[in-house]
Amino acid sequence: MFRDATLVASKDLRIEWRSRVGINQIAPFAVLILVLFAFALDPDKGLLTKATPGLYWVAVLLCGLLAVQRSFAVEASDGATDALRLSGIEPSALFLGKAAAVLLQILVLDVVLLVGVTILYGTTFTGWVLVVGTVVSASVGIAAAGTLYGVLAAGLRVRETLLPLLLLPVLAPVLIGSTRAFEAALAGTTSEGWLWFGLLSVFALIYVAAGAALFGPLLEEA
Amino acid sequence: MTTELHADSIPDDRPRPGEGTPIDSGPHSTGSPATRALGIAVLAGFAMLAYLGLAGTPEDQVQGELVRLLYVHPQSATVAYLGCFFATTGSVMYLWKRSVWWDLVAHATAEIGAVFTAFALITGMLWGRPSWGTYWVWDARLTSTAMLMLLLLGYLALRKLPGDPDVRARQSAIVGLLLVPNVILVRQSVTWWRTLHQAPTLSLPGAQIEGLLLFTMMFGFAVFSGLFLWLTIHRFRVAWLARQVDELAVDEAITARIAEGTPR
Repeated sequence: MFRDATLVASKDLRIEWRSRVGINQIAPFAVLILVLFAFALDPDKGLLTKATPGLYWVAVLLCGLLAVQRSFAVEASDGATDALRLSGIEPSALFLGKAAAVLLQILVLDVVLLVGVTILYGTTFTGWVLVVGTVVSASVGIAAAGTLYGVLAAGLRVRETLLPLLLLPVLAPVLIGSTRAFEAALAGTTSEGWLWFGLLSVFALIYVAAGAALFGPLLEEA
Repeated sequence: MTTELHADSIPDDRPRPGEGTPIDSGPHSTGSPATRALGIAVLAGFAMLAYLGLAGTPEDQVQGELVRLLYVHPQSATVAYLGCFFATTGSVMYLWKRSVWWDLVAHATAEIGAVFTAFALITGMLWGRPSWGTYWVWDARLTSTAMLMLLLLGYLALRKLPGDPDVRARQSAIVGLLLVPNVILVRQSVTWWRTLHQAPTLSLPGAQIEGLLLFTMMFGFAVFSGLFLWLTIHRFRVAWLARQVDELAVDEAITARIAEGTPR
C-alpha cells in the first residue's frame, strides 16, 4: 500500500515539478498575502510582528487551499480520474499518495512563508522544536482534510466556490491550534504550546484515518 | 399504467405516482391526522409559552425583562444541536443501509437545525447587546455555535447542487458523517482557545431558577422539541414528494419519447 502511495505521490510531484504551478504561482501568491497584510496593518506600529502567528497561518491556509485545488485540477481532464480508478490501486493508498504530495507542497510553502515573515515582518523565532512540530502536524492536518474535501468537490461544477466553504470551517481548529502554538513558541511558554500540538496531532490523525476510509466512495462520484 | 389524475380529486385519494419505483411506499401528502394533532398541540404550546414567558412570569431581579429570552434561547440551541446530531445519524445510516429514507432524514434535520442555530444566534445577540453591551463576544459557546452554522451551511450548499440524487446523497452523507466530529473538534479547540488565556466570560447569571420560571423553561424545551418534530416530519415529506415528482417527470418524458418514436 505504501509503495502505491509513493507512486501516486511521485506522479503528482512530477507533474508539479514540470508544470511549476506551485513555484511560479502559489509561492508568489504566498508572498503577496504577506505584503497585503502589511498594507492592511500599519507596519510601523509593530502590529505585524505581534500578529505574525495568526497572519502566518491564515496565509498557509489560503495557499494550502490552492494546493488542494491544484491537486484535483490535474485529475479533472483527459479522464484522469477514471484512469486512477482503473489503475487497481487501493483508494486508501491513492488518498495517502495524493495527501502526501499536497503535504510536501504545503511544507515548502511553510518554509517560504517562515522566511517571508522573518524578513518582511521582522519576527524572530524561538522555540524551534515546537515551531517545527507545529508546522508538521498542522500541515498534515491541512493536507489530509484538504484531500478528503478536495475529492468530494472535484467532480462538481462549483468546486472553486464550494471547497472553501466546506473546508475552511473544518480547518478552524487547525488555525486556532497552530496560531496558539506559535504564540507560545514566540513567547517562550512552550509547555502550553505542546498542548496545542496535541490537538493538531489528534486532528491530523482523525483526518488521515477518515480520508483513507472514505476516499473510495468519494472517488467514484468525482 | 392506469394512473389518471383528476383535477378535483383531493391529494390523499389520487393514484400513487411513480409506480414501480423503489420509493413507492411513502407519504402522499405533507399532512396526516397525527401530524395535524401534533401541529395543533405545538401551536397551543407556543401560545401558552408566550403567555407564561411574557406575562405569567415576573421579571428577574438581576436581568430584568431580558430573562424572558431564557424561555426561547437555550431551547432553540438545544434543538439545533439535536438537528445536527440527527443529520449525522441519518448520514451514517444512509451509508450503511443506502435507503432514501435516511438520506432525507439527514437532509430535513440539517435544514431545520440550521434554522434553529440561526434563531439561537439571533436571540443570543439580542440578549448580549443589553447585558454585555455588545452583540458579539468571542466566547467559546458563541464562537462554536457560529462555526456550527457555517458547517451546516456548507452541508446544505452541497445538498442544493443539481445532479444525480444518488450521487449527491452519497457525497452529502460523507459531509454529514463528519459534521458531529467536526463540531466536537471545533468546540474543543475554541473552548481551549478561550479558557487557556482568560476566564470564561459566559456563565448563566442568576443560576437560582425555580418555581414558575423553571417550569416555563422546561415547558419551552418540550414545545421546541414538538416544533422540531413537526417541522422534521413535514420537511421530510416535502423532500420525499419532491423526489417522487422528479422521478415521475423522468418516467413521463421517457414514455413521451417512446410514443414519439413509435411508427404509425
